[in-house]
Amino acid sequence: MTEPLIAVEHLGIAFPNNQVFEDLNFKIDRGDFVTVIGENGVGKTTLIRALLGMLKPTSGQIKYFPNKKATKIGYVPQFRNLDQEYPLTIEDFVGLNVHGWLPWLTKAEHQQVRTAMAVTNVKKIAQRPLGMASGGEKQRAYLAQAIVEQPKLLILDESTASLDNEMKYELLDLVQNLNQTSDITVFFVTHDLPLAKKYAKHYLALRPGEQQFGDMADMSIEQLKEVTNV
Amino acid sequence: MFSLAFMQNAYLAGTFIAIICGTIGVFVIARNLSFLTHTLSEIGFAGAAFGIFMGWTALSGMLIFTVISSVIVGQMSVKQSRREASISAISALFIGLGILFLSLSNQTSSYATSILFGSVIGIAHADVIRVAVLSGIVLLVMLGLYRPLKFDSFDAIGAKVSGLWTTAISVVFLVLVAMSVSVAAQIVGSLLIFILLTLPAAAARYFVHTVSKMIGLSIIFALIGVWLGLYLSYVTNLPVSFFIASIECLFYFAALGFQRLRVGA
Repeated sequence: MTEPLIAVEHLGIAFPNNQVFEDLNFKIDRGDFVTVIGENGVGKTTLIRALLGMLKPTSGQIKYFPNKKATKIGYVPQFRNLDQEYPLTIEDFVGLNVHGWLPWLTKAEHQQVRTAMAVTNVKKIAQRPLGMASGGEKQRAYLAQAIVEQPKLLILDESTASLDNEMKYELLDLVQNLNQTSDITVFFVTHDLPLAKKYAKHYLALRPGEQQFGDMADMSIEQLKEVTNV
Repeated sequence: MFSLAFMQNAYLAGTFIAIICGTIGVFVIARNLSFLTHTLSEIGFAGAAFGIFMGWTALSGMLIFTVISSVIVGQMSVKQSRREASISAISALFIGLGILFLSLSNQTSSYATSILFGSVIGIAHADVIRVAVLSGIVLLVMLGLYRPLKFDSFDAIGAKVSGLWTTAISVVFLVLVAMSVSVAAQIVGSLLIFILLTLPAAAARYFVHTVSKMIGLSIIFALIGVWLGLYLSYVTNLPVSFFIASIECLFYFAALGFQRLRVGA
């Protein structure tokens, strides 16, 4: 009854002098909420880059269903160096990710931007320059930009790392809501085990040379700690 | 004033240059390329000297030098931290070459200064047409590339992960900048091109906060500077570059003051 969205099979990725993955296997189902946990340097960002197609696997494969092109991916990166003087409004920033050849946005595309801002709760501050927004507002704007093209998969790379506790849960509530109502599959990379435990359906625990994939419901935070070394 | 043909030409060419610089400038500022633009103006001078030395036109030499050097800089400085140093290296090399070719080609230094500072008075009708054609080409390419260019300039990380060909965009953009600098510098001078490519756009971003409005305001700032500068120069018989530079600096300082009042920082 569950349909796969992405299947990672015997994935191996190696850089000169560094074998990051040897035989990585897991499957992301449609509508899934997968959290990826592991220490720094274990290859979480490398895995994301492979999923995005920015990195060629040295062995194995990543299968997309029905195909790579149809599997649109929205991505909220870990770092963005936008300073206080960053000039664009949140609305213009979200609109950057609307692809097309016309110099201006069409009516339908404007609507797309407004919808993304509404579900991420930044519509009220749409005209504020992004540089003047708070940390939590910025993350929500990034989220809005990532989902504006209605991706099938949403990848969050440590997006909560810079947020205080309350804002973390606010952001993840939004993500969970997207996951449940908009048919967006979530792939959430984090260090934060309580957060992972609360929201994820499945976990992928990475350790050098090994991995474990399973149901989040079966795991306690203590067990997660053990398998991930975090 | 407008009954004089050379003033008509100066105003027409200046208008085109203001529009194109105001537009490109917004992306130059967003991509943190002010320093490269400054360097390109100097490289343009070196290219002109090379063109004369080879017996070609100054313009061909400028185009070759600016396009090649901007592509090299674009390739070398993928990492932001390395950009300044690599630009310095490239510009040092090219300026040295410029001085070499200038001395080899036995041209007087007055030729070099006219490249650096331009000679608005000497603009012929053919020059105006050349600037108009160039402006048209650059604006058309920008329109065609507008969304990807905007994305890559204002959110390089987001653009990269969304699968845009960011390296190609960056090279095309640098070539556009190089072309604009080369052709426009013949008329208004390298120094002025640098001013018009950076200050109007740098000022505009403090007043308005969408890309299209920034382009609009940046063009307005550039136009006011060029028109008023030409007029003041005509009236006082002092160099136009001085007036345009001063007016654009005023806009920029006013923008900084405005920002300080608004955020108290």
